[in-house]
Amino acid sequence: MLSRTADHLFWMSRYTERAENTARMLDVNYQTSLLPQSAEVAQLGWEGLLSISELLGAYQYQHGAVTARAVLDFMVKDEGNPSSIVSCLNAARENARAVRGTLTTEVWETHNQTWLEVHRMLRAGDFEREPAQFFEWVKFRSHLSRGVTLGTMLMDEALYFMRLGTFLERADNTARLVDVKFHALETDFYGAASARDQEYDFYHWSAILRSVSGFEIYRKVYRDVIRPERVADLLILRADMPRSLHASVNEVVNNLGKVSDDPRSETLRRAGKLRAELQFGRIDEILATGLHAYLTQFLDRINDLGSHISSDFLQPSYA
Amino acid sequence: MQQFDEMYTAVPYAQPSGSAAVRPHYQVFADWLACQDAGAMARRREEAEMVFRRVGITFAVYGDKDEDGAGVERLIPFDLVPRIISAQEWAMMERGLVQRVTALNRFVHDVYHQQEIIKAGLVPREQVERNAQFRSQMMGVEVPNQVYSHISGIDIVRAANARGQGDYYVLEDNLRVPSGVSYMLEDRKMMMRLFPELFSAHQVAPVAHYPDLLLETLRQSSPATTAEPTVVVLTPGMHNSAYFEHAFLAQQMGVELVEGQDLFTRDNFVYMRTTRGPRRVDVIYRRVDDDYLDPRVFRSNSTLGCAGLIEAYRAGHVSICNAVGTGVADDKSIYPYVPSMIEFYLGEKPILNNVPTYQCRKAEDLAYTLAHLDELVVKEVHGAGGYGMLVGPAASRAEIEAFRQALLARPDSYIAQPTLSLSSSPTYVDSGLAPRHIDLRPYVLCGKTVQMVPGGLTRVALKEGSLVVNSSQGGGTKDTWVLEA
Repeated sequence: MLSRTADHLFWMSRYTERAENTARMLDVNYQTSLLPQSAEVAQLGWEGLLSISELLGAYQYQHGAVTARAVLDFMVKDEGNPSSIVSCLNAARENARAVRGTLTTEVWETHNQTWLEVHRMLRAGDFEREPAQFFEWVKFRSHLSRGVTLGTMLMDEALYFMRLGTFLERADNTARLVDVKFHALETDFYGAASARDQEYDFYHWSAILRSVSGFEIYRKVYRDVIRPERVADLLILRADMPRSLHASVNEVVNNLGKVSDDPRSETLRRAGKLRAELQFGRIDEILATGLHAYLTQFLDRINDLGSHISSDFLQPSYA
Repeated sequence: MQQFDEMYTAVPYAQPSGSAAVRPHYQVFADWLACQDAGAMARRREEAEMVFRRVGITFAVYGDKDEDGAGVERLIPFDLVPRIISAQEWAMMERGLVQRVTALNRFVHDVYHQQEIIKAGLVPREQVERNAQFRSQMMGVEVPNQVYSHISGIDIVRAANARGQGDYYVLEDNLRVPSGVSYMLEDRKMMMRLFPELFSAHQVAPVAHYPDLLLETLRQSSPATTAEPTVVVLTPGMHNSAYFEHAFLAQQMGVELVEGQDLFTRDNFVYMRTTRGPRRVDVIYRRVDDDYLDPRVFRSNSTLGCAGLIEAYRAGHVSICNAVGTGVADDKSIYPYVPSMIEFYLGEKPILNNVPTYQCRKAEDLAYTLAHLDELVVKEVHGAGGYGMLVGPAASRAEIEAFRQALLARPDSYIAQPTLSLSSSPTYVDSGLAPRHIDLRPYVLCGKTVQMVPGGLTRVALKEGSLVVNSSQGGGTKDTWVLEA
């Protein structure tokens, strides 16, 4: 397969996954902001959301004060913001268009239709009227694109590079989410003093779980009240939780193995080592060394894997 | 001026139309059409537009930007009334096309080798060697099968003669990178989707195997260096107006769609960069003009091609389709000589007519042209896409004067032809069905043999009275049916 084709497929999937994760985080924050809580807490939520995507600076430069309305607009429909949902969907479609011949008709039409629809919906004011429904729509378009991909694409390199993009992006996004949400609360990590704080904590943790479709999963797996270290365990180490770091890195390793000719390649070794650490890691050890430090090095390693994949396959330098 | 309509024997159409005025090969369609209500047809039109947009069958318009600053993607309007050609007429056209394309290929080979036709005094030397499309790099280069134009788009029109019958004429030979074949294929798919019942009522010759014929032609054109040639389609990229077609053809043939940046040369062979290392390329179906193919030989600032490509090509290590330098035969200043080429190389009488052409480089032709500007169509010899052209009867006094000055300044750059009254076909417009002018572009493939699918792309000028069918000038398309006898 052409390196450039693989590059477009990889990024098409990354942008689709990124749009979905952004919709998930915005949705949860939006739902939370409807609860009775102090303005300060809501504010922290919106700021946290911007820092997850490393956009607080860019936002403040453009809009100044952090308000719910302005953050939503900035993260949903601002085409000047490369991480906004509409920018991600534009980029996914641009990449799809560049390799439309490699995609099945169904996969191409799914991306093209998503792009046509998102612009129609934004023009028609659908997002302002019903934000929750809009976020739901973005999530489902992403589900659809993954499903159509798995249901129609030949199981060859094209599919593997798409899957690689999806899960590398998901590993990155989930790590950022966990980092920001735990970072905000690091001081009273092990339990709240007052009943009011306990109640607030419950909403905080359940919101995180909901943003990764993990609320019911948590109940099923732990059969216990929601405790922060278990939330961390679920989102980092559980291999059966589809949005966890462990599950995402598993998929990265599997798909990397399928596109790699050389089983001893450095890229594969690094990915495999990362997986082994997740497989044999323990949450109490991670927490003891510091969650933030752990996630920071995790993000660095995901980033490093991305560069290695790029130089091995997507933008090789020979000639 | 006499009018010829493809479906009805009289224009404007009688309302309500009786069956008497319909030509025989349109009769079944006309009967069906009479039973369709206008509302249903309008819904079909909307459905077609929605599907084209969802599938992304669009073309980018040069220079236009939408409010976000992104390039505009437009649909080419699709008309629901097919253009129908009878079996006998097509059989004649097909013979004529084989003959014409064979002669044109012989001509290009001759030009870059012995130049017999020049020595025989039939085509002036300066018309060939001072032509902007003449490539001296091709002198003496051997190409597989001695074929240069592997894919030819021959534009054919029909015009009423004095007796009110329609005569076919070749208007132009497009031998460089003719486009539009994807619309031929998509238009057929659309018609079969919208009106399956019409296809059970007619014996319409299929066209869907065009990509197979194309791949066969390209493989036959491979250099002898390999038994299993790797074919690629070379596109300038997704911002090119015909990008949809490039991607479509690559996909339909199951070959890679490459850009210049994907290719490189090593030891006079061409390779593409793949996820598993370099892979050799044997045949390049290029949708990039000569000038951009190789920065070492042609435009040095071009990034659309591949450095070293021409050297590998001259060494016989890779095929380029259509061949470099083929444009020397599709220039409007060479067009008037095609009938004599057919007689010279094949010893046959031309089956398809040329439009009588005044070559403004000749003093007497220039004088005639200047005296009859309001009747003639004047074309720039290197123009394409309906740009740089004067349609005398439709032009304003100022436009005519501007062309007069241009003609006087550079007579060599122009030809003139009588304004043909192109045949019309019933076409949906705001007020209902109305006659609109059409042309036909069959796609002729030439590898070891000459092949084509029946019909081609019918383009329609949607503006009332307009004779310009190019999509860049607001033209639309129709499905083209060749009926099997």
